[in-house]
Amino acid sequence: MNKKEFVCIACPNSCKLTVWEEGGEIHVDGHGCKRGIDHGKNEYTNPMRMLTTTVAIEGGHHRRLSVSSTGEIPKNMISQCLDVLYAVKLVAPVKRGDVIAADICGTGVDIVASRTMKHV
Amino acid sequence: MKKMNFDIAVIGGGPAGLAAAIQARKEGAEKVLVIERDVELGGILQQCIHDGFGLHRFGKRMSGNEYAQEFIDELENTDIEVLLDTMVLEVTRDKVIYACNNKDGMMEIACKAVILAMGCRERTASQIQLMGYRPAGVLTAGSVQRYINMEGYLPGKKAVILGSGDIGLIMARRMTLEGMEVKGVYEVMPSPGGLTRNIVQCLDDYDIPLHLSTTVAKVHGKKRIEGVTVAKLDENRQIIPGTEEYIECDLLVLAVGLIPENELSVGCGIELDERTRGPVLDNHFMTSVPGIFACGNVAVVFDLVDYVSQSGEIAAKGAVAYMNGKLTGGEGTEYVHTVPAGNVNFIVPQKIVKGEECEVQLYMRVKHPDKKAVLEVSEDGQVTQTGRHPFVAPPEMISCTVKATGNADVIVDMKEGK
Repeated sequence: MNKKEFVCIACPNSCKLTVWEEGGEIHVDGHGCKRGIDHGKNEYTNPMRMLTTTVAIEGGHHRRLSVSSTGEIPKNMISQCLDVLYAVKLVAPVKRGDVIAADICGTGVDIVASRTMKHV
Repeated sequence: MKKMNFDIAVIGGGPAGLAAAIQARKEGAEKVLVIERDVELGGILQQCIHDGFGLHRFGKRMSGNEYAQEFIDELENTDIEVLLDTMVLEVTRDKVIYACNNKDGMMEIACKAVILAMGCRERTASQIQLMGYRPAGVLTAGSVQRYINMEGYLPGKKAVILGSGDIGLIMARRMTLEGMEVKGVYEVMPSPGGLTRNIVQCLDDYDIPLHLSTTVAKVHGKKRIEGVTVAKLDENRQIIPGTEEYIECDLLVLAVGLIPENELSVGCGIELDERTRGPVLDNHFMTSVPGIFACGNVAVVFDLVDYVSQSGEIAAKGAVAYMNGKLTGGEGTEYVHTVPAGNVNFIVPQKIVKGEECEVQLYMRVKHPDKKAVLEVSEDGQVTQTGRHPFVAPPEMISCTVKATGNADVIVDMKEGK
């Protein structure tokens, strides 16, 4: 039985969750509401996160362009995705929403520009 | 000197200023100007690449610059004029702005109303009496954010963060993702300064330790920082002898609070509130100087940009009403006040024009965390509304709409949970 502890962030109440697997089922304790159960189960089985970072750009006001994932990606794939993004080099202009990396690392999620950068 | 005339000038092109300018134009002001000292609009949002913005306003999670882009795109489709790379030097009580830039030189801009939207500044090393030399490598969290997210520099390899405000937590994650080692976050107070969700997603996710009741007692290194001594604090915030520990680092990040940027406001004699450190405002977000309004973090440090935009829109409506002669303000105007009680620390706006029956948007913070608290609003001993708050804490600003008769002070009491 592998017990894990999480602080629930479904609301500001910050319940301290204990999550464990027993008899093929996942159990959550310490939650104050139903959202805590869902949060605890997700964190235990497959934690997902949004990814925001920057990529290199030339020809704009700045040397970095901020990018964002269009959905959540598995937490354990973040560093793999970063390796892909840190190899990217763009040239301005770029418009917000332009796809920088489609279906990054097979996650089904795109990485898009989160701002517009004009050519200067 | 170049002379210009505008209906409304907005000082600052961040989220507050953008929302204010757009709203002022919608309300019928014909000549609207935004003055911004950076080379682009968006303000501090341009370096906030993390997500979590816009939940209230757009119903989705956006990054800071995505949120800014929504407003920039909207503004660029209007005839609102923008002066970039332009520094405002002075605002007079007669609503004349003196500003300068490389292209136009000195400018005198006369306006019918002025909206202050300069935002806030970070507290620096000298404001927290950091002991030791003044080596390179001691930076505020916002500076580190700008270096990494916009300019493409890594300001160090091994970082220590002092202060657990939200920007510090966000930067702990950013630095880690950029391959830096974050040795720990040290917080003087016994409870974190930032939101729990940021502690979970920025520290816990990357196993970055948070040390409460601990401070940086000394900075080591002459030319460049070599390390810091951290030490535990007792309940009187005095160093507990024997708890000192040396930590090697080449960057100390300060995330020790924000202060509204009111140099211009003070320059024209605007009355400030010592609790918010921003101007004392009425229900139209007008300052003590008639025709000068304030919104966003120059008014009070908000923590949600959605509220910042909202405050910009309130100020813009006020500014247009003033321009059209519907508001006067100043010495001839009588006010009733919004009065914090119980666990409420402060309220913005601080006053309501007497006799104005209105719905007023109040922004407040509590003094200490509590559960199952009840917000009770009353006038003249009569409770006018109540609201339940399952959880309150100082880092979470509370916003609510309150109906006021304008005839008596509005007492806002956050009653302790049972």
